[in-house]
Amino acid sequence: MSTATANDPKPAQPPVETLRIKIDGREVEVPKLMPDASGRLQPTTMLQACAVAGIEVPHYCYHPKLPVAGNCRMCLIEFGTPMIGPDRKPVLNEDGTPKIARSVLPYEPTTPRGAIACATPISPGMELYPGSAATRQMRESVLESLLINHPLDCPICDQAGECKLQEYSVEHGQATSRFVETKVHKPKQVDLGPRIMLDDERCVLCTRCIRFTRDIVGDDALGIVNRGSYNTIAAYPGAKFDNNYTLNTVDLCPVGALTSKDFRFQMRVWFMKETRSLCTGCATGCNILIGSREEKVLRYEPRQNDAVNACWMCDTGRLNYKWIGREDRLIEVRSFRSGARSWSGTLHEVAESLKTAAPGSVAIIASARQSNEELYLLKKLATHLGAVTDSIAREGEGDKLLVNEDRNPNSNGARLTGIAFTEMGIQVPKIADGIRAGRIRTLIVFGEDVTRHGIDAELLGKLQTLIVSDILPNETTRRAHYLLPGCAHAEKRGTFVNAKGRLQRFLKAVEPRGDARPEAEFLQELLADLGIAGGTASPTSFEGLFNQMAREIPAFAGLEWSRIGDLGVNVPI
Amino acid sequence: MIVKRSELTWFERLYLPTLLSGLRVTWRHFFNTLFRGKVVTMEYPEQRWVVPEGYRGAPYLVKDQEDRTKCVSCQLCEFVCPPKAIRITPPGSEVNPDTGNVEKRPREFEINMLRCIFCGFCQEVCPEEAIFLMKDYSLTGTSRKEMVYNKEKLLSLGGVHQDPVQKWKQKAREAREQEHFKPA
Repeated sequence: MSTATANDPKPAQPPVETLRIKIDGREVEVPKLMPDASGRLQPTTMLQACAVAGIEVPHYCYHPKLPVAGNCRMCLIEFGTPMIGPDRKPVLNEDGTPKIARSVLPYEPTTPRGAIACATPISPGMELYPGSAATRQMRESVLESLLINHPLDCPICDQAGECKLQEYSVEHGQATSRFVETKVHKPKQVDLGPRIMLDDERCVLCTRCIRFTRDIVGDDALGIVNRGSYNTIAAYPGAKFDNNYTLNTVDLCPVGALTSKDFRFQMRVWFMKETRSLCTGCATGCNILIGSREEKVLRYEPRQNDAVNACWMCDTGRLNYKWIGREDRLIEVRSFRSGARSWSGTLHEVAESLKTAAPGSVAIIASARQSNEELYLLKKLATHLGAVTDSIAREGEGDKLLVNEDRNPNSNGARLTGIAFTEMGIQVPKIADGIRAGRIRTLIVFGEDVTRHGIDAELLGKLQTLIVSDILPNETTRRAHYLLPGCAHAEKRGTFVNAKGRLQRFLKAVEPRGDARPEAEFLQELLADLGIAGGTASPTSFEGLFNQMAREIPAFAGLEWSRIGDLGVNVPI
Repeated sequence: MIVKRSELTWFERLYLPTLLSGLRVTWRHFFNTLFRGKVVTMEYPEQRWVVPEGYRGAPYLVKDQEDRTKCVSCQLCEFVCPPKAIRITPPGSEVNPDTGNVEKRPREFEINMLRCIFCGFCQEVCPEEAIFLMKDYSLTGTSRKEMVYNKEKLLSLGGVHQDPVQKWKQKAREAREQEHFKPA
């Protein structure tokens, strides 16, 4: 079949071989083969078939991105297969339909025998009963057994609110426990690694964390020790669970056993607002959810995007949010020339100073951490002023899973908007020379500390005008004549183009503090003041700005803000 | 719907009969108070009303008989509070050895008594029996800030709750007893 699809003239929609089965009496057509965790086509499982039919089968150990373990037994469902007579022909009912034999225990034909939906493939004519009384009873029993040694300490458990044990207890649990014996007590507050705290009592031994770190990360650090009801998740003796992806196990853990030391006891999850955003740690552009409450960012979580980061993100990126709420954020717009402290006054002064600047005497150093929209506006400004532009390259060590060597989230955006060349930062020494020779009299810096990238404080002192926009204070902002406080990505909207050329958008999670405003907003005002944007043609909304950019930049041709979606689109780079 | 206003009769339009019948009640109480000693009013605030059982007064935090702050900062009361009068600051990630096996305790717990509507949802939702509506009904202060009661104030006003179960203590005891049987 696979060869047939390979030769198909329309590879986008190859004919899929399907099976007809019945789910709770409803006839459903499902593909015969579906991709497993590694992406290879395998016979469709009952759980996948139910998902196709829109029925959720409760599960703990199954995860679409991990190899199937089949140990939690929560996905047990009752099923039946067409009966085959001694003559190897299907047995038919009186009305001509095939007779279905419900699966029962051998030697005990009145007791239904379930199968775990996550690991059992479907067969033609099979009937699944995820809603039957027997299935419900199986779930209740499994849940009761899982809860035998569970401490039921939801009031102090960080998972409460997003806990599968809680959710399934509501749907399939019992109000009271029949277990009167003493519960087995296991180690609590186990220091598993630098970022992970483990509570073994809460663990349901689904082994998701073990499989993740072994099969996805390739660091076989975790395992189960001890026997029977003393089964305990533990790190290899003497070793720490310390790779760059450990915090994904906290997301994977269906219960509250693995907790993040960073997020532990910070906030109950039901108070948090979730905003779809992007990680800015490197050029991979992992999709994230920002959890915030009362204008404070509290955590990042990966958001599933199979084209970029699947369900994961690295620990470095995940913990890279604290700078957003730092106390020393730049929150005051300042003109150190006139002492103006308002946006209108300062922007007007900047515009006046740029109007008098001789052509070719201006240079712009933008940051590849800025959004496409901001870079596009800066490029417009540069074209108007005849300014030389560049950005700063930021390299680091990459890995085989997610971390990219390029630590700028939007290097490709900087290239596509024309701010930087293929080799980023190639113009910076020329700008330094220009300042030294007195050719360049005005420097516009956005989001970079140029004193650390070849234009030292002495050179900055030679400038007639230094216009700086940044988020946190640094040597460059201290020497600025005009200081324009900008926003972190969590405080504004925008788009990045990642290393593979995927254009993705991020949304606003929290309000900017003080005077700080989105760069795209005040840049538009500045351009209007300089008479560049062109009166009525200038977009009035952020969406309009993006659409205007898409019309003018060839790589973004045909794009609209509303059509990017949550998962992004590929653009040619 | 339009309710039709009925015309008053000439007797009703006199008003005086109604006025007099009202005054009769006033005079009766006046007479009873003055000559028969049957008092129907109270010299508040010197005299105080006896609060009935089940009265919903101000919510305060309690400690158990072993001086443990019962609140574990689960923030369910903060969530359920209809006027958003409760504000809890969770303890954060640092391990506090004082909390023992409870692990969690609020860093700060504030109730804005000006916002509180004394509905009792916080008491009902509390899984730890840590907050109770007591019998205080006349809360006064000289500023709005003063009416925001912090953890210390709430605990001192709440006093001790005799907890017959003491589930955390029991858990700790169970765990200690099992240490002898634990596999190596």
